[in-house]
Amino acid sequence: MLDDLYNQFLPSTVGGLVIGSIYALVALGYTMVYGVLRLINFAHSEIFMIGTFASLVTLLAFAPTAPLAGFAMVGMLVLLMLVSAAASGGAAVLLETVAYRPLRKRGATRLAALISAIGASLFLQELFALVVIPWLIDKPGRNQASAPRYVARDVLFKIGNAEVRLDHVIVIIAAVLVMITLDRVVNKTRIGRGIRATAQDPEAAVLMGVSIDNIVRVTFLLGGAMAGVAGSLYIMEIENTSYLIGFVLGIKAFTAAVLGGIGNLRGALLGGIVLGLIENWGAIFLGSEWKDVIAFTVLVVVLMFRPTGILGESLQKARA
Amino acid sequence: MKGDEVTRQETPAKRGGLSAVGHGFDRMRDWWEHAKVWQRYLVYIALVVGALILPAPAIGQFMSPGSDWTTVLVYPIGTYILLAVGLNVVVGQAGLLDLGFVAFFAIGGYSVAYYGTHFGWNYWATVVFGIALAAVSGVILGAPTLRLRGDYLAIVTLGFGEIVRITANNTDEIGGARGITGVPHPPPIFGTKFLLDPAPYYYLMVAAIALVIIFSVRLQKSRVGRAWAAIREDEDAAELMGVPTFKFKLLAFAIGAMIGGLAGGVYAGKAVFIEPNTFPFILSATILAAVVLGGSGNLPGVILGAFLIGWLPERFRDFADYRILVFGGVLVLMMALRPEGLLPSRRRKAELHEGTGGMGTMGAEVPGPDTDVSTTEAAK
Repeated sequence: MLDDLYNQFLPSTVGGLVIGSIYALVALGYTMVYGVLRLINFAHSEIFMIGTFASLVTLLAFAPTAPLAGFAMVGMLVLLMLVSAAASGGAAVLLETVAYRPLRKRGATRLAALISAIGASLFLQELFALVVIPWLIDKPGRNQASAPRYVARDVLFKIGNAEVRLDHVIVIIAAVLVMITLDRVVNKTRIGRGIRATAQDPEAAVLMGVSIDNIVRVTFLLGGAMAGVAGSLYIMEIENTSYLIGFVLGIKAFTAAVLGGIGNLRGALLGGIVLGLIENWGAIFLGSEWKDVIAFTVLVVVLMFRPTGILGESLQKARA
Repeated sequence: MKGDEVTRQETPAKRGGLSAVGHGFDRMRDWWEHAKVWQRYLVYIALVVGALILPAPAIGQFMSPGSDWTTVLVYPIGTYILLAVGLNVVVGQAGLLDLGFVAFFAIGGYSVAYYGTHFGWNYWATVVFGIALAAVSGVILGAPTLRLRGDYLAIVTLGFGEIVRITANNTDEIGGARGITGVPHPPPIFGTKFLLDPAPYYYLMVAAIALVIIFSVRLQKSRVGRAWAAIREDEDAAELMGVPTFKFKLLAFAIGAMIGGLAGGVYAGKAVFIEPNTFPFILSATILAAVVLGGSGNLPGVILGAFLIGWLPERFRDFADYRILVFGGVLVLMMALRPEGLLPSRRRKAELHEGTGGMGTMGAEVPGPDTDVSTTEAAK
């Protein structure tokens, strides 16, 4: 057991950081929507799934037979991120318009909104399984779809016995860059101020001339785009996807958002990383099939002692 | 109550075609409240007779041309109704959002399967044991988590449901991913054998549903039910008025869990074979959807919701592949058209129309984690 710990600790840490970064990016979408609407956007996991497929299809169109290098690789990476961000962001806006806006207009309860979210989530999953995936990649949609490798698995350097590969570094750096950008947007721009104002007090925000509808739309757009970037990183790192990919990853990302303190952007980053690490470390002792159980147990334990998450402040408190 | 006044002010014409259903139901409810005892008994007798003749082939031909109607009545319809009545105690009566209800269904089912096959216990003993086990796990889940509110509780319960499923999947002692086969059927009652014919199971199911409905109605009208309503409407006010909210929330969880466990036991007795995938998250979501679709907190509504959600996919088996797609779309559409459900509970409906703030009540029903209350509680 101690041998296992010794041999696997550092590799698990690297793996945890990588998957944690992806959780964190998806968690941003949950945390922003929750901050503004007080709604668990259950269908956000399907927005992520759409992002993975957007990247996959684009990648298949170029059909690289060998890992790319230099500018070609960076260009492909950026292209996939943009395509996925656009697809996911667009899907998120559409989702908001169809599934949440009518409820909001009628002043429905959040329970109704949650059911609507679950409905939308199922609808999107099945739509992709039955219609979109067979059309896009000419394959029965319920199969797993795998992506060609376009980023070489070169070992850049070693920390102890942990190999840090190029793709690991890309995921972490990309996630951090995207996070910083979002942080800037929310804290420094006009639209960001609108988001924070709405999160804090929608009524007062309306009185101050904020258009709630626009803010909600932008929130979904930004959150969706982050999930899209996460989706393209997932395709690069894990190299396969399916119509069901969103479910577990979505719950994990939500767990990460809650763990960090929902409504708090930096909390989402922290929560994602912490969750990724704990789950990978826990897997050393219990085996990887228990990863999900570890994640949920951590969630329960954290909420018992800190119901507002690790960084218990939120968008509401205007700190973002 | 202020609730009734608000309900009457509402003009049904404004709210689209579906509201005609609700309006007619309102009048029925008025009649029921003032009905004489003999009239009520007539209705009871009509319901019993209806339940007895429901599996008739003539009805089945129309209701489910594609599959055996009696089987459909046991699963999914009967099972969904049983589960929905159980979840209604938690969500509809006490206002606790539970997304992992299927865990208790699984615990009941696995108890019957495991103790029946490994130790050869009598079926009824395993059912009772399963119910007790479900109640205990309800308390175990509830004790640490019921301080949380709203969405946090929802996500923790979702996690619990997944923990139970994954644990069942990874534990070889209870069959792992292969599940348990050869689950014993119930022993004969009054000479009726429980074998392949679904009819006896249907009547067993009806008996279980009737029992649970009576139990649930009695509870709702009792002190406990009033305490739950108070907690649902305004937890802080209830606490201040001297309702021990934590205790009652735990009780709601335990009772809901017991009903879920019973459903699992009855299901396992019919199914012969259970595996972890029998209890996915989507089933929790489906049952919750049934409760909300029918009208959370109102028993006839909940039963109607569960019936529709169990029955419609079976009726439209021709669309086999598209069933879930349509189901998802219908959920979105229904919530947009009629967010309070088909037959809403009057008191709840009134509440929903009060509306607060620019964002509507989306966020007003259950206080979020950022409200002052939960933060002060956390600080304690």
